[in-house]
Amino acid sequence: MIALNFLISLAVYANDCFYLGGYMSKLSSVVALSIALISTAVFSEYGLNMTEGVTSVSRDIYSLHMMVFWVCVVIAIIVFGAMFYSVFAHRKSKGAVAAQFHESTKAEILWTLIPVVILVAMAIPASKTLINLEDTSKAEMTIKITGHQWKWQYDYPKEGISFISNLAKTSKNSLRTDLKPQHYLLEVDKRVVLPVDTSIRFLITSNDVIHNWWIPAFGVKQDANPGFINDAWAKIDEIGTYRGQCAELCGKDHGFMPIVVDVVSKADYAKWVAKEQASAAAAADSATKTWLKSDLMAKGKDVYEANCAGCHKIDGSGIPPIFPAMKNSVIANGPAVEHMKIVLHGKGGMPTFKMLGDADLASVITYERNAFGNTASVVQPSDVKSAR
Amino acid sequence: MTTATASHDEHHHGPEKGLMRWVKTTNHKDIGTLYLWFAFIMLLIGGALAMGIRMELLQPGLQLMDPHFFNQLTTMHGLIMVFGAIMPAFVGLGNWLIPMMVGAPDMALPRMNNWSFWILPFAGGILLSTFFMEGGAPAFGWTFYAPLSTTFAPDSTDFFIFAVHLLGFSSIMGAINIIATVLNMRAPDMKLMDMPLFVWTWLITSFLLIGAMPVLAGAVTMMLTDRNFGTAFFDATGGGDPVMFQHIFWFFGHPEVYIMILPAFGVVSHIIPTFARKPLFGYSSMVYATASIAFLSYIVWAHHMFLTGMPVAGELYFMYATMLIAVPTGVKVFNWISTMWRGSMTFETPMLWAISFVFLFTIGGFSGLMLGVAPADIQYHDTYFVVAHFHYVLVTGALWSIIAATFYWLPKWTGKMYNESLAKIHFWWAIISVNVLFFPQHFLGLAGMPRRIPDYSLQFADFNMISSIGGFAFGASFILFTYIVVDCIRNGKPAIARPWEGAKGLEWTLAPKAQYHSFNIPPSKELIKSESQHS
Repeated sequence: MIALNFLISLAVYANDCFYLGGYMSKLSSVVALSIALISTAVFSEYGLNMTEGVTSVSRDIYSLHMMVFWVCVVIAIIVFGAMFYSVFAHRKSKGAVAAQFHESTKAEILWTLIPVVILVAMAIPASKTLINLEDTSKAEMTIKITGHQWKWQYDYPKEGISFISNLAKTSKNSLRTDLKPQHYLLEVDKRVVLPVDTSIRFLITSNDVIHNWWIPAFGVKQDANPGFINDAWAKIDEIGTYRGQCAELCGKDHGFMPIVVDVVSKADYAKWVAKEQASAAAAADSATKTWLKSDLMAKGKDVYEANCAGCHKIDGSGIPPIFPAMKNSVIANGPAVEHMKIVLHGKGGMPTFKMLGDADLASVITYERNAFGNTASVVQPSDVKSAR
Repeated sequence: MTTATASHDEHHHGPEKGLMRWVKTTNHKDIGTLYLWFAFIMLLIGGALAMGIRMELLQPGLQLMDPHFFNQLTTMHGLIMVFGAIMPAFVGLGNWLIPMMVGAPDMALPRMNNWSFWILPFAGGILLSTFFMEGGAPAFGWTFYAPLSTTFAPDSTDFFIFAVHLLGFSSIMGAINIIATVLNMRAPDMKLMDMPLFVWTWLITSFLLIGAMPVLAGAVTMMLTDRNFGTAFFDATGGGDPVMFQHIFWFFGHPEVYIMILPAFGVVSHIIPTFARKPLFGYSSMVYATASIAFLSYIVWAHHMFLTGMPVAGELYFMYATMLIAVPTGVKVFNWISTMWRGSMTFETPMLWAISFVFLFTIGGFSGLMLGVAPADIQYHDTYFVVAHFHYVLVTGALWSIIAATFYWLPKWTGKMYNESLAKIHFWWAIISVNVLFFPQHFLGLAGMPRRIPDYSLQFADFNMISSIGGFAFGASFILFTYIVVDCIRNGKPAIARPWEGAKGLEWTLAPKAQYHSFNIPPSKELIKSESQHS
């Protein structure tokens, strides 16, 4: 551990020196020293190494990682030690005369066999961990995760809960500003909630391209393949908030689809489930009534900015020709049936949005047809329902 | 045509004059030069794209570009560096050196040689032109996973597919030429086990190319038909499988990794004995290790795919097979160090690059071993740890050996010496900046930063800034490199035939600036013996 600490402080020191380089002209050495002290105090923020995480699997992975790391360090010290000794000692300027030996079968056999033994010793614990982490049969509950360009959908099949989780507005609005919110790019508009000390199976799939659902602290990272379902599991030991990101290039906003999980006590989880079920029932109710245009437009703006603005832009200008403009669009100003069809089923590079509720879809379609200077009809939730 | 034939007289078979010399040339040295300059230009273009990437990543937030353009930069950077810079540079080295090393006058198939080079500028041009097309260049990563590269890709993807086909033709023809040259044009008295290591590694690499490139051609052809002709190889809604794309891609992609590193092993196996003034340790085990690595490279491809949902049995197999590669690779490193051991070393520029190759490539090897451990790969996969790993093996591995080779054989190519003190300054500049660039990326990856993202959360800010500054410094080092090479060609002091005291090999028996046709009379048995690596 001393060596690791040394490494860390070296890196932190290098980091400080580096920073100072830019400001040296402005700062006196006293100020420089105090900055170095402050940043040494908060070096935990830097993140130099993998963290242990909060599941048995993530801890197994961490210890495997450290084991292989130290094996590499030891081999490196021996091999590079020999090399640098030779570089310093066997140089012509020191009068070294070249020996002429150039083979030794014994040596070759030795340095073939020793690595084999080391590798076998590493493979045994690695195999155990692998077999354990792939066994999802003991799950007590299941959630389904669907990747979309560029958001995550979560379904709790038994509880009947389903929602979409987007990058939070605080991050979206500060992409091009200097002032960044806390958890910049690692905050969502709706978090996943999971119970502590429960074996959870994740069923992971995708609706369009390949995504990857990753929470480092759980030791769960699994590709979301369109048309196929992968599984993974975790039993989380500690209550808390855990963050991750999509880990497979999935197009333009790959860097902007974070994952945030709130792990709560079993009692709080039950409360959350009841609350979600109640609001799902309310949403189903609201889908049957007729909405005012102003209400549709207000809700539609939020849905649009969460789901559509990534490609079609907040002002509806799009990025032609890949992402067409909403402004003056033939579809947004044409018959509502065609408009609903495209939003529900997608077209070419545009994915389907049928996972959104009737009220959400009706309001966003109404918004698209009446914002950006467009003037077309209003769409009610009942219209969407019959168009499905 | 009459002027061209007129300048050919029986005793002097020299190059044509002017631009047409380069267009029509069938000479291995001219073509080698063309390959090397092409690769260098592509290196600069690919490097410029990397500068764009590092500029955007200098600070959190989107400062310079749209995420879609960022993805175009990462994709094209990877494609250009792999297919435009590293591979053509090694073919260029092969063209220049193999006929000289095996005692041949030229390559076995000189006209095909001309063609396989001249395809390249067109393929590269098509690839680069996609930047100017509607919808932009390919933006799906150099690994172009379906369906992002099929259903969801820009129209320019079809041009990318055509460019990959052309590059594949070129590589396969280059490989056939090298196999034919090594097996048929070798001096009659040179046995296979007398061949220098660079020739051996290129011979083995050629077989990898012939095996792997058609698989890549298959993958892009399936993409082409999926995109344009209604097939569904990689589309689950039509009964296909997107994971199958990855299997096909990596069945090409993993041998490809060794295509880019085996010739590098060859180069280093020449330079270290020269400056240690001692024969290469374990010549035959080096040959066998190279062959084993090449064989293993075909049976480990799915270690790039541990997270695709493979069955446990598959994961276990690919983990074991992958770890096995450490054994022959280790043998090579141990042999290089044994070659240095009790030598009489001097540290001219090529040796500095070669020793730092051994050091930094081995670091890339260690992170490769870590990545091979399947459960740990769950945390490393698609993070900056992977980015750090493959830049350690490709930049401080493959590219390092190409630069080492350039300094080592430049006197033979030009008949002149480069400026040794400038070259040493360049070396130290490059090696410090490249580590500032790539080493912190290990930390970023372990702390959880995914690769291929244009923006990142705040805890990654410091190391990204360090990495970017290192990147700009490393990029700038190529200005000095260009100056040193051009200065050598224009103003270099005349070199002697064997400018390195300890150098062995038939190429050093030629004139200081090797004559246009290397060996018109095959070298004698005695000469081959005394110049071989195991005497």
